[in-house]
Amino acid sequence: MSTTAATPLTTTPPVSPVGTAAGRARKRLSSPWASLAAVVLGILWTLPTFGLLVSSFRPERAIKTTGWWTFFSNPAVTLDNYRAVLSTEGSSALGSYFVNSFVIVIPSVVIPICLATLAAYVFAWIEFPGRDVLFVAVFALQIVPIQVTLLPLLSLFVQAGLAGTFWTIWLAHSTFALPLAIFLMHNFMREIPRELIEAARVDGAGHVKIFFSVLLPLLKPAIAAFGIFQFLWVWNDLLVALTFAGGTPEVAPITVALANLSGTRGTAWHLLSAGAFVSILVPLVVFLSLQRYFVRGLLAGGLKG
Amino acid sequence: MSSFEKFLTMGLAVLLFVAVVGVILFIASRIGGRKGDRAVAMLFLLPTVLMLAVGLVYPGVRTIVQSFFDAAGTSFIGLGNYETIVTSSEQLTVLRNTMLWVVLTPFVATLVGLLYAILVDKSRFESAAKALIFLPMAISFVGASIIWKFVYEYRPVQGNVHQIGLLNQVLVWLGGTPQQWLVNSPLNTFFLIVVMIWIQAGFAMTVLSAAIKAIPEDIIEAARLDGVGALGMFRYVTLPSIRPATVVVLTTIGIGTLKVFDIVRTMTGGQFDTSVVANEFYSQSFRSNNQGLGAALATLLFILVIPIVAYNIRQMRASEAR
Repeated sequence: MSTTAATPLTTTPPVSPVGTAAGRARKRLSSPWASLAAVVLGILWTLPTFGLLVSSFRPERAIKTTGWWTFFSNPAVTLDNYRAVLSTEGSSALGSYFVNSFVIVIPSVVIPICLATLAAYVFAWIEFPGRDVLFVAVFALQIVPIQVTLLPLLSLFVQAGLAGTFWTIWLAHSTFALPLAIFLMHNFMREIPRELIEAARVDGAGHVKIFFSVLLPLLKPAIAAFGIFQFLWVWNDLLVALTFAGGTPEVAPITVALANLSGTRGTAWHLLSAGAFVSILVPLVVFLSLQRYFVRGLLAGGLKG
Repeated sequence: MSSFEKFLTMGLAVLLFVAVVGVILFIASRIGGRKGDRAVAMLFLLPTVLMLAVGLVYPGVRTIVQSFFDAAGTSFIGLGNYETIVTSSEQLTVLRNTMLWVVLTPFVATLVGLLYAILVDKSRFESAAKALIFLPMAISFVGASIIWKFVYEYRPVQGNVHQIGLLNQVLVWLGGTPQQWLVNSPLNTFFLIVVMIWIQAGFAMTVLSAAIKAIPEDIIEAARLDGVGALGMFRYVTLPSIRPATVVVLTTIGIGTLKVFDIVRTMTGGQFDTSVVANEFYSQSFRSNNQGLGAALATLLFILVIPIVAYNIRQMRASEAR
């Protein structure tokens, strides 16, 4: 958390010194056995995903009767599985669930970012009595497991007439995200030099002006870090969606559809494999394009959940 | 609702929200001078405090109160639900499984992550090798469960039936008999835990690798001059230096594992004695309509998280003070 956030993060290896004692010591560690161990671990970690990926391109019958490894001796490629899961009509269609996932994730990322930056600004730069107590309280809320809130929250939504709409999921995700978001934003904001804020104030800038022209441009990495964290969290969530959206194609996201499909008898592997890969692809693209920020967010706090 | 209508609803929701924030900012910009500080603070905090109070604090308190009531939530039964958790044989299995998860996952995942971080450190293929282990982090628990369910897939042994799950096929190649990995208790819980380890090792590796790289060069240099070997370097330099990061990793994975729900629900649905507290909470609250027991299980999760977090904070304080 705050301590680890301060450690410098270098993901690219520095040039290793050759010929020094450490170089020799390292060479001893990176002996053939060490390399072998690394390769074995790498394969073990990749093979399960690879097997399902290969399967997603095989015809339904082939998946159900022979192992995916036979694909290489007897290749048969089809895109039918992907066509089936991406369509929005028909019993095997998962298309509308994907749409729901997008509809759910965008407001669930935007809302907490906006609210948390406002709140973090107050906690970082405006003095008022009781501020520190309130901040600690918000910080402490991070440890509340969301399970504790689900049932009462559901009855609140029912009373408000929101049950079964996207609003329940948007509001729930936004609320659950706030403590971590405020904590992260606050940490980043405290690193901005006080003189910068003071100078703007002397120039007669109000809070809103300072917020937009001084702080917001500097906060981009923090917003990106939290944004990707929250995106992955919401996109991959099952519990919140299952509780508030049920299993209907009207509002349920893809995780719910896949979980239900996986529970049925005579598992439909051709749909599951293709569906799983489409659902994996979206966060993967987000993740790979913003990996830098994600690692930073990861190191800055991970109590949420 | 068509897809277009859904996106329209979403657009309207975001617009509505932007309008609310806009109004807040507009009012704040009207309040001038240093005396207005407190007013601006209240205004900026208003939506956050409102949402946290209604969406987190109130439901949390309500659940804790509910945990002392019966299934229908009408009559007070004191600690009855907690008694059920620690006495009924079903719930004891749930507790046993949860303990297995929480003990095994953090330690094995951290061990694998640390080992891998050291093995690939400063090698030529470091970033590519790390990506392999790290990618499961981006995959949803549901996706990971499907991937592994396929590995564990079982086909009854008869006539011309081939195994389609990798694990059983490997067993066949080695001359064994295929097993129903997800059905045979108590071993099935371990096969579920493997999935969580598979996901979390990447997290452990990333954080520990960053910690290893942050060890000051002069410490390594000094140890080198003293003639410390590779293993000694690990024991006396690396390990003490990455201790704080290791504690963070262990506790973070521990908390995440405590609340594991998606994997159990997707792979077995909690059947065959594989349920854990977070899954049992869902089943009791939403399937069996036992509000009281569900609330007690949720509260139990909360209670179990607190010591882990407290330990984490104490360790952090200690390393800051040093």
